[in-house]
Amino acid sequence: MSGPSRAPDGRENIRFTFDGKEYLARPGDTLAAALLANGVGLVARSFKYHRPRGIMAAGVEEPNALVTVGLGGRAEPNTRATDVFVHDGLIARSQNRWPSLSSDAGAVFGLAAKALPAGFYYKTFFGPAKLWLKYEALIRRAAGMGDAPTKADPDSFAQRSAFCDTLVVGSGPAGLQAALTAAEAGDSVILVEQDAALGGSLLVDPDPALGADWIAQTIARLRELGARILLRTTAAGYWDHNFVTLAERLAEPGAVPSHGFAQRLWHVRAGRVVLATGVIERPVPFTANDRPGVMLSRAVRAYVRRFGVVPGQRVVIATNNDDAYLTAQALREVGAEVVAILDARTQADVPAGFPVHFDARPVAAVGTLHHLTGVTALVGGRTVAFKADLLAVSGGFTPVVHLHSQAGGKLDWNEAAQAFVPGAIAQVCTSVGEVIAPLPAPAVVPAGSPKKSFVDFQNDVSLADIDLAWQEGYRSVEHMKRYTTLGMATDQGKLGNLVALQRVAQEQGVTVPQAGLTTFRPPYTPVTMGLLGGPGARNAGAHVRRIALHDRHDALGPTWQPAGYWFRPRAYPQPGETLGAAALREARAVRGAAGLCDVSTLGKFEVSGPDAAALLEIACATRVANLKPGRGRYTVMLREDGLLMDDGTVWRLGDNRYLLTSSTGGADRMAQHLSYIRQVLRPQMRVSVVNVQEHYAGLALAGPRSSGIIAALTGASAPAHMGVVAAVIAGVPVWVLAASYSGERAFEIHGEATAMGPVWDALLAAVKAAGGSTYGLDAMDLLRIEKGHVVIGAEADGRRGPYDLGLHKMLNPAGGFVGAAGLTRPALTAAGRHRLVGVEAIDGAPIAEGAMLVAREGAKVEGHVTAAGRHVLGEGGIALALLADGPDRLGAEFLATSPTRGMHTRVRVVSPHFYDPAGERYRD
Amino acid sequence: MSRYSALGLLRGAFNGQKHWQPAWRDPEPRKSYDVIVIGGGGHGLATAYYLASVHGVRNVAVLEKGWIGGGNTGRNTTLVRSNYRQPQLHNLFEFGLKLWHGLSDELNYNVMFSPRGAMFLGHSDADMAKLAELGDAMRCDGIDADLLTRDQVEKVEPLLDFSRNARFPIEGAVIQWRAGTARHDAVAWGYARAADALGVDIIQKCEVTGFVRDGDAVIGVETTRGRILAARTGICVAGHSGHVAGLAGLRLPIESQTLQAVVTEGVKPMVQSVIMSNSLHCYISQSDKGGVVMGGDPDNWPSYARRGQPTVVEHAIAQAIGLMPALSRLRMLRTWSGVTDMSFDGAPIIGPTPIDNLFLNGGWCYGGFKATPASGWTYAHTLATGTPHALNAPFSLERFMTGATIDETGVGPMPNHR
Amino acid sequence: MYQIDCPHCGPRAQSEFTFDRPVEAIVPPDAAAADALQALYTRTNPMGVDDEVWRHTYGCRAWLVLTRDRVSHAIDAVRALGPEALS
Repeated sequence: MSGPSRAPDGRENIRFTFDGKEYLARPGDTLAAALLANGVGLVARSFKYHRPRGIMAAGVEEPNALVTVGLGGRAEPNTRATDVFVHDGLIARSQNRWPSLSSDAGAVFGLAAKALPAGFYYKTFFGPAKLWLKYEALIRRAAGMGDAPTKADPDSFAQRSAFCDTLVVGSGPAGLQAALTAAEAGDSVILVEQDAALGGSLLVDPDPALGADWIAQTIARLRELGARILLRTTAAGYWDHNFVTLAERLAEPGAVPSHGFAQRLWHVRAGRVVLATGVIERPVPFTANDRPGVMLSRAVRAYVRRFGVVPGQRVVIATNNDDAYLTAQALREVGAEVVAILDARTQADVPAGFPVHFDARPVAAVGTLHHLTGVTALVGGRTVAFKADLLAVSGGFTPVVHLHSQAGGKLDWNEAAQAFVPGAIAQVCTSVGEVIAPLPAPAVVPAGSPKKSFVDFQNDVSLADIDLAWQEGYRSVEHMKRYTTLGMATDQGKLGNLVALQRVAQEQGVTVPQAGLTTFRPPYTPVTMGLLGGPGARNAGAHVRRIALHDRHDALGPTWQPAGYWFRPRAYPQPGETLGAAALREARAVRGAAGLCDVSTLGKFEVSGPDAAALLEIACATRVANLKPGRGRYTVMLREDGLLMDDGTVWRLGDNRYLLTSSTGGADRMAQHLSYIRQVLRPQMRVSVVNVQEHYAGLALAGPRSSGIIAALTGASAPAHMGVVAAVIAGVPVWVLAASYSGERAFEIHGEATAMGPVWDALLAAVKAAGGSTYGLDAMDLLRIEKGHVVIGAEADGRRGPYDLGLHKMLNPAGGFVGAAGLTRPALTAAGRHRLVGVEAIDGAPIAEGAMLVAREGAKVEGHVTAAGRHVLGEGGIALALLADGPDRLGAEFLATSPTRGMHTRVRVVSPHFYDPAGERYRD
Repeated sequence: MSRYSALGLLRGAFNGQKHWQPAWRDPEPRKSYDVIVIGGGGHGLATAYYLASVHGVRNVAVLEKGWIGGGNTGRNTTLVRSNYRQPQLHNLFEFGLKLWHGLSDELNYNVMFSPRGAMFLGHSDADMAKLAELGDAMRCDGIDADLLTRDQVEKVEPLLDFSRNARFPIEGAVIQWRAGTARHDAVAWGYARAADALGVDIIQKCEVTGFVRDGDAVIGVETTRGRILAARTGICVAGHSGHVAGLAGLRLPIESQTLQAVVTEGVKPMVQSVIMSNSLHCYISQSDKGGVVMGGDPDNWPSYARRGQPTVVEHAIAQAIGLMPALSRLRMLRTWSGVTDMSFDGAPIIGPTPIDNLFLNGGWCYGGFKATPASGWTYAHTLATGTPHALNAPFSLERFMTGATIDETGVGPMPNHR
Repeated sequence: MYQIDCPHCGPRAQSEFTFDRPVEAIVPPDAAAADALQALYTRTNPMGVDDEVWRHTYGCRAWLVLTRDRVSHAIDAVRALGPEALS
């Protein structure tokens, strides 16, 4: 018998499948352990050459054994077999192979490897970009690893924030001790461990000095002291100000979570962080060092001691350090034969009783697709061949300094260990344990073929690729990484980066610190996107804001229109009616009788106090102070650059009390702006600004019958156009603002949002009785276009000043408002500005919104249609437009052309006020 | 320069690829040059290449503080497109897009420009009208743009969420088929190799620490490798423009901010094009290696640290999953950050400065990579002739004071609102 | 994710705050146009410490001045701005 195996002990009660074949596992097995226990050697194929790969490691650093686990929307590609604990019914599949793992057509790339060195794609595939697109399609299909899921995720992801005095990362002896010390001192402690069990290296190498029960006792004591212990939790990122993100697995990959939540994301703010993150063993470069059957020495020990798996019966061990002798010990304990220990050192004080060869380095591993059969080595300059089914390798130990570095900490070079260790810190964190004291392990000159000695296993980066990058001038470590793809695979160079740096040092006469190190970026291990997106992903991260009367509208079956986070009725189509027809019907109801519309989303601010008018004359570019109580006016607010920020109306409700309205889309921005003016620019003013956007719900009542309705419902005559009164409708106190957007006599009725239901009911009943209707945003748009009112977001698109929109005559001549300085810039009133006009279709055809205005087809663009509508009562397309020197070109003809929609309409430039330019309809 | 070809690779199969020369030399800086370009990113290297190839100005040094391509050239999401609404922008970027289409051949370096199409999704009729306006503006200037219906979008990107009750339902898109992605590092390396072959000195690990002045003019730079003189000096260090221009006493309409990006583990092809959504501020594409690359809004406060704020990325991912639910079980492999020059209208600055012989190319916000060829070409023209080309004339430094700003998003002067 | 010590609320996560502008870019509405445009359109943008206007937008909504290092992200001081800072 050869290859990995495990003698059954009766606990093999978990069923799982790999590539369709069913196997049994023990509780506590990782998938890797279970596969080895079942004698499976070949688990995966590499990225570039599709080389056969087995299991190399026993932890999250595994570069080779990537599989897809789970089904449908729960499928997780690229799952490390070493980082999933087997559960009953687990379904695992191999990846990146066709038609099967053992006969993979992609292996042909391996045959061409000599012509496909690092960066080969930069040197070939020339020709037009379209041709590259064809090559690329083939390359893309060959690349990638697992198959992408095609379904939505059935599970949920939780998020949680936490604070602690001490966060300990890693539960090996150093981490456990640090957690215990902190907890005993009264700290609130969070201890995180990426494994499913606490203990770290103690799980493999028990410490007789601590005693067998030490882990259990420590855990019990920590729990007693209130420490929070999180298993299967990875400290993924270490950010500014001791903010650490943790990814906690609540269900294993592919498993159905018991409470619906697959994982939980923690945002932790820690007083201090203790990093007990340990080390990762380095592989050894030699020919075919990537074969199934070549395994890291400590991983071998872990499979033997923790999982009861014997990864091989005849074992060669290649090492440059003392640690591998513990592996030899462990193998001997379970009856495996240690054939040879190839120790690269010329001498060392090592345990007796093993066939040790000093000055010995592996040259090549040989074997079948599935298993190792032998090892050749250079022993004191002599080539020796060994029969073996396992080659355990140890090239030294790389401290896990990722989090320390992410936190901004510096690294020091430890020459004896050939490793970077944590140096000066940049945040309140300490590294403890093996991470600061890796075992000595001298650099060793590799003995195999550079072409086939891999340093980045998954991406098939060999020593020869590293040499080539240097030869071609890619000498900065970042260039080398990017040119060869070293360290860019899913393990992010955890195994190989230092081996590559050693190669550079050996070949090019620089030191490893001179060769440099790439930056450690979060996350430490890959993190599920759904976890990061969190519960908000379902709504694409955007919340929903509902208007107060949402349910009353919904009962009328409107088409809802998203408007920022809000949803507003777009129209209320009757059965069988198109949206366009509904909007026209609603608009005609406003023109002919009365219409009722919800305008609750408008920005609304109550400004009060002795300096209220003075503050408003800073925010608004128009006069405000001369407004009489009970009156209001249209106003515009400028940005500091003098261009339009927003528009609205300002109403003097009382001597020192004003209401300012602004657009829906700009309401949040306006709130911030007004607060800035009040608190930063004018802190000494005696004024208060209160955002009452959602305090009030607002309804617009428009149409020739509207003043009669107001009079009937309030028992008093309606205020004149641009007047405001306090009134009571349906028993609810409201403000009645005589403002018109539609061009008809119209009112806005604002009252406390939660109380406005009866007001809506009363108004709707009255509107219906008058032969009117509700109307939505589309009708509102038809009405305002015909009236020539600009809207923020269409005509006022963030690039227009008052001059462009014909609003310059209403500016406050005294200045002193925000934007006054910006307005002085000459380009804002220069010839050629695109300015507001109306256009109407010469033959009555519809005009495309967004169409370009050109003199004729192919001529240069001179303007565009900002909003397109039609005559509401009459026929024919009309639109508002921005046109170069527009107001000077009334009567000129243009083509409103939309090549993307194939709509081309001849139009004539006219005044934007298509309807009632004199404003006669505002009077009763 | 040894020519790159498939034949060369085959030859290498028999000699262990030993015949390849360094892609660029590692020269000592000379005492003086005709032109110094500060910054060895894609833009600076492209500038040097076009100075040498188009204008015959070969006595040029590119000074790079670290390693070439190590700034934003190597940190972006590799999108290449010209679908801008403002004519000054789409004309500049379209000029660049045309260069992109022939760039691999021109440089004899495969920059893997992949015109796979870039689309803006529309989520409502109002969105679709805005997207049509964008497309119409482009089409009227001879740039390709097509409207896609919902069904047509589904044919290109079947994994998007097409359900009617999605938070942002998909109504259609405007697509620019000639747009796509490129291999960002290769752009820097390709320009460097081609510029070097024409005699340009690319000097790495050479940080500019000050300017040498002669009255109102700049006549050279002080560097960590000594004083180097030049007839004209061009700053090309987007992300750090404020800092470098500050060494000359200039204050710019630029604030430096962090922009983060994310790549997932590699998977087989699942995203075919470049997907963008203006409503959502996220963009998604898939690299040739299989990683899904995405980004979102910048961390909108000033920073020179290449270190982002995690919840910003988490939000971008939430948006991306909202659009494409199948992304949920992919894993984020890596997140990284670049420092961006946020200009005060969102458009770049390419032209003279108030100081004689000192020129500025910067302010690229989060959109500089796609412009690399156009930026280099126009900047080379400006540095060679002393005056801007018609394509970059609108992108002057004075425009902020005159009011002739070029504001694609209409957000105004505060970069943190952009 | 910084921790910002709001003088009104105590230490809070950065996500509650919004950056507005550097202190040097505060433009008084009655400033001369040339001065206002200089303040609006030019920045020191230091690679180091600057005084910045932030707002505790999703907290007490008060305005603050942070003295913050733009490379290390260390916040040296936070002080109140606005009416609360007047005495």
